[in-house]
This record gives sequence, structure tokens and C-alpha cells, in this order.
Amino acid sequence: MNAPYIGQSIKRKEDQRFLTGGGTYTDDVSAVNQTHAYFLRSPHAHANIRSIRLDQARAAPGVVGIFTGADLAAAKVGTLPCGWLITDVNGQPMKEPPHPCLAQGKVRHVGDQVAVVIAETLNQAKDAAALIEVDYDVLPAVVNAADARKPGAAVLHDGVPDNTSYVWALGAKDAVDKAFATAKHVTTLEFINNRLIPNAIEPRAALAQYSRADDSYTVHVANQNPHVERLLMTAFVLGLPEHKVRVIAPDVGGGFGSKIFLYAEETVITWAAKQVNRPVKWVCERSDSFLADAHGRDHVTKAELALDKNGTFLAMRVQTTANLGAYLSTFASSVPTILYATLLAGQYTTPAIYCEVTAVFTNTVPVDAYRGAGRPEATYVVERLVETAAREMNISPAELRRKNSITQFPYQTPVALCYDTGNYEATLAQAMKLADVAGFEARRKQAADRGKLRGLGYSTYIEACGLAPSNIAGALGARAGLYEAGEVRFHPTGTVSVFTGSHSHGQGHETTFAQVVADKLGIPVENVDVVHGDTGRIPFGMGTYGSRSLAVGGSAIMKALDKIIAKGKKIAAHLLEASDTDIEFKDGVFSVPGTEKKKTIGEVAFAAYVPHNYPLDKLEPGLNEQAFYDPTNFTYPAGSHICEVEIDPDTGATKVINFTAVDDFGNVINPMIVEGQVHGGLAQGIGQALLEGCVYDAASGQLLTGSYMDYAMPRADDLPSFTVDTRVTACTHNPLGVKGCGEAGAIGSPAAVINAITDALGVKDIAMPATAQTVWRTLQSKSKKK
Amino acid sequence: MTVSVSLTVNGKAVTADIDPRTLLAQLLRENLHLTGTHIGCDTGQCGACTVHLNGRAVKACNLLAVQAHGANVTTIEGICGAHGELHPMQAAFREHHGLQCGFCTPGMVMNAIELAQKHPNANEATVRAELDGNLCRCTGYHNIVKAVLAGAADMSKSVNNSVKG
Repeated sequence: MNAPYIGQSIKRKEDQRFLTGGGTYTDDVSAVNQTHAYFLRSPHAHANIRSIRLDQARAAPGVVGIFTGADLAAAKVGTLPCGWLITDVNGQPMKEPPHPCLAQGKVRHVGDQVAVVIAETLNQAKDAAALIEVDYDVLPAVVNAADARKPGAAVLHDGVPDNTSYVWALGAKDAVDKAFATAKHVTTLEFINNRLIPNAIEPRAALAQYSRADDSYTVHVANQNPHVERLLMTAFVLGLPEHKVRVIAPDVGGGFGSKIFLYAEETVITWAAKQVNRPVKWVCERSDSFLADAHGRDHVTKAELALDKNGTFLAMRVQTTANLGAYLSTFASSVPTILYATLLAGQYTTPAIYCEVTAVFTNTVPVDAYRGAGRPEATYVVERLVETAAREMNISPAELRRKNSITQFPYQTPVALCYDTGNYEATLAQAMKLADVAGFEARRKQAADRGKLRGLGYSTYIEACGLAPSNIAGALGARAGLYEAGEVRFHPTGTVSVFTGSHSHGQGHETTFAQVVADKLGIPVENVDVVHGDTGRIPFGMGTYGSRSLAVGGSAIMKALDKIIAKGKKIAAHLLEASDTDIEFKDGVFSVPGTEKKKTIGEVAFAAYVPHNYPLDKLEPGLNEQAFYDPTNFTYPAGSHICEVEIDPDTGATKVINFTAVDDFGNVINPMIVEGQVHGGLAQGIGQALLEGCVYDAASGQLLTGSYMDYAMPRADDLPSFTVDTRVTACTHNPLGVKGCGEAGAIGSPAAVINAITDALGVKDIAMPATAQTVWRTLQSKSKKK
Repeated sequence: MTVSVSLTVNGKAVTADIDPRTLLAQLLRENLHLTGTHIGCDTGQCGACTVHLNGRAVKACNLLAVQAHGANVTTIEGICGAHGELHPMQAAFREHHGLQCGFCTPGMVMNAIELAQKHPNANEATVRAELDGNLCRCTGYHNIVKAVLAGAADMSKSVNNSVKG
């Protein structure tokens, strides 16, 4: 493989270890003399704890220690923090009830942590946990967002009598109401954006080690952002000095958002490692993951679109109730607000938008960011409304989209964002071509001849990635910065280590980032290694979420590379006896144009570390540079998804026949990896539309979909092969011109699938997941109405 | 109480004294330190722990270790060539980007090898049906299917070559 590497589908560096069983996931790391932790969880959705009896459990074989909420309270261990402050419509801060690491007198969802048992073996820990006697006073539970504010609903938290954390709004209500009053046509939809369970295939895990020798901790944890994990755990919960805690997130088996957050389990075992003075390992079992990993989505929404007689969008009005679960998870408050309402302009010139969000507590697992985080929910609102409006007004869905599409950039939306660039027509035209929309009616007819129903649905989405600038995010309530850090370390013999605060848990950064670095420095890609996931080795980092790694983390590396090259020019100028302003750097060579004078970057690096002939009076030895990059704007990936389904009316079974996605992610570094990201996102989005749905029993608050036998994960035979392509408008404000590709598939696809199914069935709406049973019932009730 | 179990793993005879409840997956990971076999669920649904037991792909979390007494077990660590060269199925996964986070990968590869042996001329529909017992959350299966088809073709080529040779 030869340079330039950018734009080539280079095979991944990380694959060798993953393919041979050589990966190092957290559960693969063991410490000498380690103990094993098991968490006793609440079997009830809502209960007061009258008493906990531990004597029998403590006497069980192999038990090293048992701790409850009382022990944490006595040790003044804090509660889990929320990283984003939302200010409500009355200017008041959101209600932020405490989120204890182990229950303090009350449990608020099935799976809430009650005690931790630490023993010599996992089996001994489980055996002992079975001997703990907890006397519960069971309380009524509320699980559905729509029920949380009803009079008489169970109240979860003291000081939050209506279970409401906040009512928040964005946009100009008066202007929107006025536009609706004069509109020729109003499309209205009411729906639920179904609750999902992320289900990274690697369950969460942690190994905490404490050293009395220097009062320090080392924590291995399956996490997407080890520096953030350390900051939150030390400063907000355990009160430990940050420099005494090293957090390592080694190979991580998928995240999709669910491994962003600071959870109780790793926090408790870190604290407990000092108490028992032994390493403590905890590995979540899948049945517990369903009860312990933050869930996603779960909105109840009424959405309206006002149009004039020609189909021009006049205004949009959205009312959403968002289910937060029992506690505010780390970024829970930002997801149904800042990451949701700001996306409601979509790709369109809708002049006035108003969105009101009521966020409620229920006796369910906390809800937080899951692939797309707010943006899939927003896209679902916009794209279901647009498609439905097109059908109601008898305009083709593509035509209605084109008519209202943004074509001039930069474009300031009425919901705070300013899109820097895009070409929405280009992705739509290409998607329609690849999906053979022109031939669809013939295929529909052929299907009808076979007794099958075919439907076609569009979704033209926008997303905002690379969450940005820190000061603006701060003004909106972020309690953290949103920059990224990077370091480029040139070794004396010409190879390079790159340290990034981004974290790869499947995205292939070790390859993509190396391509960028190798091209910029003009060295072979084999000579570049990328290091991530260790607070002990990397200067700082905000980690990986929101499709930010290349746009923000890659930009930090580019800044560090600029510094390397600037210093290299000074060294080369000395070696070549020229002025550094006369030095040109290209393809790994410093030269003086118009002369034969040149030095390779390897020679310059060697001189920097063996500075015998070196401007020591003016320049430090070494070639090692760090940079922090704080973006000036979000990036705005956008694209067009087209789904074609075929339904068997006898069974309701729905097959995705074709799914076409044409996306604009800005410049593409490694097309193979980008396509892979799209495929995975599409599977999760199609999963949401057709298969996945978290179900709680409304009366008892028991999770009914608590295993892979009950929660339908997409499997290989549920999905088609996909048709994906890209169109490029480069991002205008980061050095690589990249926008981010990790979430797009999950953002655009649910609406495309449901638009296709409703088209096939000839109905206005159908609930997600549109399982065979739901589709069949919809067909039955439709035929009864006739 | 412990019991003694003896079996052959990746060509080597091994013996371990274990708690009788120990699963084969736990024996491989904890006693033999073969951590390439992953555990992704506790209901036998995800397939990340798939290994070969006497030549058949099985979920190592669905067997007690004592049930493998006397058996011949091959894990992901045991399929490379003598000098670490990738098995054709491993190579196909790399070539076709059939893995992202890598966690489901060992189980996928082990299942895919058996699939290719059972169905040397498998088509896409067969591959998708046969992968039903292995969950992947990253790839959407698109590239896994491509990889398995290519890996199966390469495996039958090398079988034919070795027959000819």
C-alpha cells in the first residue's frame, strides 16, 4: 500500500489481534490475588428497604467483604453525577435527585444495586449474595413516560412530587402558533419512539486494583472515555486525587453510547479494592446488563407540520415526554433536549419551529445516549411528518423534500444550529438512482401479483456531530469541555507513536488515524502506531461518542502534526544552513526550493534526539508535540436513505428487500471503514423499526425483555445486504474536512423503514417495532374498517 | 469440592481440577488462559464463545467443562498455521472488514469454519441462516456474510489443492 493513504481502504491494523484471540478486553485482564464482585440487585421496581441482614452471607465460604449503601454513606462516598444542567422553561435548574451507587433505603428500578459481595471466586460471591436477606416494603411503580405525571402516580424521589426533572423548550412559540393558525394543511402524528437496550456484545466489566505502596488505584474498565470516567469518579464520587487513579479502557467490545457513562459498579469496586486491599474484578452477566446498562430513546411525542397550499413548510410544533428512567444518568438530560430539538429543522427551510420537552422519572433503568442520541428521535419526527404530509397532499415524497430543501450555506436554522455546508440534492438523487425508484411501481405490481405488499420509504436526515465549541456548550449547560487532546511522538529512528484521547471500540482508529498521520508526515503507514484508552499514557481526552473521533480527535492530532512540521523546519533549516522560512515540507522531505538541499523527516527526527549538530541555543531537543483542539462548530453529516419492504399479508412478516444509504460525511479517510460504520448503524436502526423494543410490565415494573430470548436483536437472516455510497461536501471548519459517520445509519433508517411499511400497508402510522404481529394486526383492523 | 477434567485443547493434553459447575468457556478462559473465547451472554444466544468440540461448532457456555472430558477442543487460538499465518477464514474476515470491535469475532470465525465445511458452496441465504446463532452488534452482518462466502471459497480451494498435491 503506497501513499497517499487517505482515501484508501487500508485493511485494519487491529484485526490481527482480534482475529487470533489476542485482543485484551477487560475480562481478559487478571490481577494476582484478585477477588470477584457480584452485585445483589433489587427484584422490585419500587420499594423501601426495611432492613438488610448480612450475617449468614458474611459467614459463607470465600467471602472477603460485603458492602451496602450504609457503608458507602458512612464513608461519605458521593452519588453519581449528571454532566449536563438543563434550565427549565421557568429559568429553574432541572431537578437532580441523588443517584446513589448502592441503594440508600429505597430501590427505584428492577436491577437497582443493593449490595456488593466480594469473594474469592465468582461462584462464592453469588452463593453468598443468595444468603443476604433484604426486607422490602414494596411500593406501587410507574414505568411509562405518559403515566409519570398523572395524579396518583407513584413518586420516585423526595422533592420531585410530579416525577418531573424539567420542562424545557426551544424555539419561537408565538410565531409557530401563528403559522399554524393560517396554514392550509396540518399533518399531525402521535407516536412512541421505542425504548431500546444497547447490547454491545462485550458486557461491561471492570478490574480495580489498589496499591498501599503509593495509595494509588489502577482501574481497567470497558468504557468509551477513560479520562472522563476518571474525572467523574474521583472528583464527584470518591473524592480521590486524580493523579492517584489510572483508568485503562483496553480493547472494548462495542459501546454505542452505553459505555460512555460513569456507572455504580466500577465506582463501588474501585472504592472496595482499598477496603479489602485486594484487586476486585466485576464482569456483568448479560441478564444483569439488561438491568444495569443505560437504555436508549423512549419518547412519547405529538408532532405537527404546517404547510401552505403548495406544500411549503411553514412551521413545526413538537411536544415530547422523555423517559429518564429512575435516575439521571451521566448525559441523560442533554439527549432529549440539546441533541434533539436542535435537529428538528432537518434538511429543510421550515422557518419556525417550537419544541417542548417534559423529562420524567419512572421506575425503569436510566435512559441515556444510545447510537445517535436524540438525533434519531428528531429525524423520526421530521421524516415521518414529511412523508405523511406528502401522502396527505398527494405530492411525491421526493418532490416535497426537494421543494423544502436547504440549498444555500451557511444556513442558520430556527433551532440554534448553523449548517456550514451540504448538498442534499446530490445524496437524494444518487440514492434514488441506486434504489431504482423509477422501477419501483413495476416491482410493486409484480409483488402484488404474488400476493405480497411492497412499499418504499425515504428518510433524508441531518445530524450534528463533533459536539462543539466548549464555551457555547457550557452556556447550554454542559459541565465538561468538548475538545480533544492528541500527542505525536516521533521516535529517534523514525517511527511514530500517536496518543489520542479518542477511544476506539470498533471504529478502527488505529488504522484511520495512522493513515492521516502517515500522509501528513510522509512516512509509511506501518511506521505509525496509535495509542488510546489509558489515562496513564495519554495527556487528556474526552473520548468517543457523537461521531466525534476524527472530526475532533483527528483535528487535535493534525494540530500536533503542524507543530511537529514547524519544529522540523527549524531543525532542517539549521542542518541545511538556510532560513526556516525558506524550508518547504512535502512527502516527508524538508527542502530548500530551487536547490538540491534536502533532509528527510527521519533525518530531522534523528537530529532532534541526537543533537550534535543542532541549534541548542534556540531550540529544545526532541520531536514530540501535544495539542488540544476545540471545534468552532458542529459538523453536519447528512444523507438520504431509501428502504423497500415486502410484506406477507397472511403473516405480517416484513422483509427489507433493499436498503440504500447515500451519505455525505465530508472527506472520507478509509472508505471500507466508513461503509462498515454505516452498515452497523443501519442494522441498529432497522432493528429499532422492526425488531427491538424494551417492554416493562406496567403493573409490576418487571422488565419483560430481559434476555436475548425476549429482546429481539437483529440477526444475520433479519437483514439484507445494503447499498451504500457517499457524496462529499467537505466540512469547512476542521483541518481534515471530515464530518463523522458513526451514527448516521441509526439516525436515518428507522423513519425510512416505517415510511416504507406504511406505504405498503396504506396506513398513516404503525408503531415501532413493526413486528410481524403488529403489521398483521394493523392489516386486520384496516380490513375491518372497510 | 473439585473434580478433575482432562481433555485436548488445540492439540495439547490438559488436566484441571475445577468446581463441577465450571462451564467449558470458563475452563478455557480462566484455567487455560485462552481468553480469545468470549462470553457475551448467559443464555446461549450470542455465540461469542463458539469453539470446536470434536470437530463440531458448539457454544462453550452451554457445556459443563466435565462434559468435555476426553474431548478434542479447538479454540480461536488453535486455528492459525504453524508460524502464525491466518486461517483462510480469518484472512477473509480481515480482507472484507468482517469485524469491528472484535468481541463476537472468534465465535463468528469458529462457526464460519464449520459452516464452510458443511456447505462448501454456500450462498448468501445459507450463510445468513447458518449465522443465526451468532450475534454481532457492530457490522450489520453485511461484511461478515461477504467474508464467510469468500473464506468458504478459499477453504475449498485449499482443500482441493491439498487433494491434488
